[in-house]
Amino acid sequence: MERRTPIWTTVKYLSLLVAVFGVLYPPYIIVANAFKTRDEFNLKPATSLPDSFLNFSNFGQAYQAADMTSAFGNQLIIIVCTLVLNLTLGSAFCYAVGRFKFKGSGLIIGLFMFATIIPGITTQVVNFKTIQSLGLHDHLGGPVLLYVGADVLMIFIYLQFIRNIPYELDESAMIEGASLLKIFTTIIFPLLVPATATIAILKVIGIYNDFFVPLLYLPSPEKVVVSTSLMRFFGNNSGDWQMVSAALLIIMIPTALLYLFLQRYIFAGVTNGAVK
Amino acid sequence: MLGRLNFSTQKKIIIIAFVAIPVLLLLTFAYYPALELVRLSFTNWDGMSPTSDYIGWDNYKEVFSNPEIFGVFKNNFAYFAVGIVQNIVAIYFAVILNGKLRGRNFFRLMLFLPYILNGVAVAYLFSYVFDTTQGSLNFLIGHLGFASDTSWLGNESMINYTLASIGFWRFMGFNMVVYLAALQAIPSDIYEAAAIDGAGGWKSFLHITLPNLYKIIELNLFLTVTGALEVFDLPYIVTKGGPAGASETFVMKIVETAFQFNDYGLASAMSVVLLAFVVVLLSIQRYLLNRGGQD
Repeated sequence: MERRTPIWTTVKYLSLLVAVFGVLYPPYIIVANAFKTRDEFNLKPATSLPDSFLNFSNFGQAYQAADMTSAFGNQLIIIVCTLVLNLTLGSAFCYAVGRFKFKGSGLIIGLFMFATIIPGITTQVVNFKTIQSLGLHDHLGGPVLLYVGADVLMIFIYLQFIRNIPYELDESAMIEGASLLKIFTTIIFPLLVPATATIAILKVIGIYNDFFVPLLYLPSPEKVVVSTSLMRFFGNNSGDWQMVSAALLIIMIPTALLYLFLQRYIFAGVTNGAVK
Repeated sequence: MLGRLNFSTQKKIIIIAFVAIPVLLLLTFAYYPALELVRLSFTNWDGMSPTSDYIGWDNYKEVFSNPEIFGVFKNNFAYFAVGIVQNIVAIYFAVILNGKLRGRNFFRLMLFLPYILNGVAVAYLFSYVFDTTQGSLNFLIGHLGFASDTSWLGNESMINYTLASIGFWRFMGFNMVVYLAALQAIPSDIYEAAAIDGAGGWKSFLHITLPNLYKIIELNLFLTVTGALEVFDLPYIVTKGGPAGASETFVMKIVETAFQFNDYGLASAMSVVLLAFVVVLLSIQRYLLNRGGQD
């Protein structure tokens, strides 16, 4: 399928370079402006580089003004709690459903599959009320519960992995007298580590980038997370582009770093979840 | 302590202990709300009072007859149109990256990058890009020698396409990676056989690549359509629905109806309509897929 004409090669590389330029141009402007002083920003064209990449004053001010200490702190609490609950519940669930045939196991998996077609956004009208009646409105537990509650992708990935672990492993451990709980914790769960890593990273990025849930469920300023802190900050400083640029960078860098270092897992998760 | 029980008792305990909570969560946050939504959609509940009246189909009549509600779907259309282009571009780049190429991993890394960035940050990033006087897009256009005073965010007929193009920037790489995975699953000996039979690049694309991508294209199209129906974050953050409501989307209307106007009954009816659309679309897709399988 490879056409080796020079024109095709040129078109190929040219289009890729244009695409990369399109991807990098908007963030480049932000990087260039975040290091500029106000005067520099007003005098120089937006695309020019700053006088110095050591001018961190915008970052300091933005960090303070957007209350990012609270934002990152709350975000971290939500992410850690969600991950711990999600990964233990999810892997244990898939162990039970994937290893044992029991009455209704097919139905239960079917229920999870079918739930994928219910758009999460439509059910918020009711979920809002449920969270309220649990006393979790404006409480970090609310988002945690919602993030843990409806995670079907995770179940797909875990089930697939568990079914690929040979059952002989379980059997030989049973003969040696290990309990099923022990088999799960010492044999199955450790073998699921690649799946766990993939799920954890996708989950971290998903929660970090979500803004619908915190917007709706965490209204008070003390319960700010990254997305909502950025929204509030922008509301107060929208004209101050060098400050906004710094704030945007602070928010964007954590997932960008995760991506650079853990891309293997991210690509694995995306293709696993979608192609299945 | 579990070890002293026999395996079939252990099995029962494990099944109940490990399955109960996830199922409970699933029922609470996916199925209960879907059913409750249907019930609420026939009431005039205001979200607070303990009681509400049954009002029949009034909410649904309102949804379909009030152009302020149903009419906003025309704003959602832009996202669908741009989504189609996005898929075509994604297939193009996936095919390129699936071939022999220098810097393949680098290009994949770059094109997928926008997908993992914080959505709110991306939205603000683009409100800068599209700014009329200071924006980097008009700056670039000006440098290329064209008129550079386009009001990307202020023009009612353009606004939805402007916003949808942000979605394009964010999700094209995601679509591409999905297509790429599907392409890599096509056995290479099919291409080799075709090459021996004299099929050129374009021919083998049409007769091997595309048919093998069918299922994934359908999946991506489904995601495009439902994504277009459910747009919320971009217009909410960048324009707040403006100018003059020109970029309001259906989900924005739902959120506004429920949480600002406390008309939960109407908002529920709107949600049910949206839910029904998605279910119908998915059924059509499944039907077409199954029919394709029988040929």
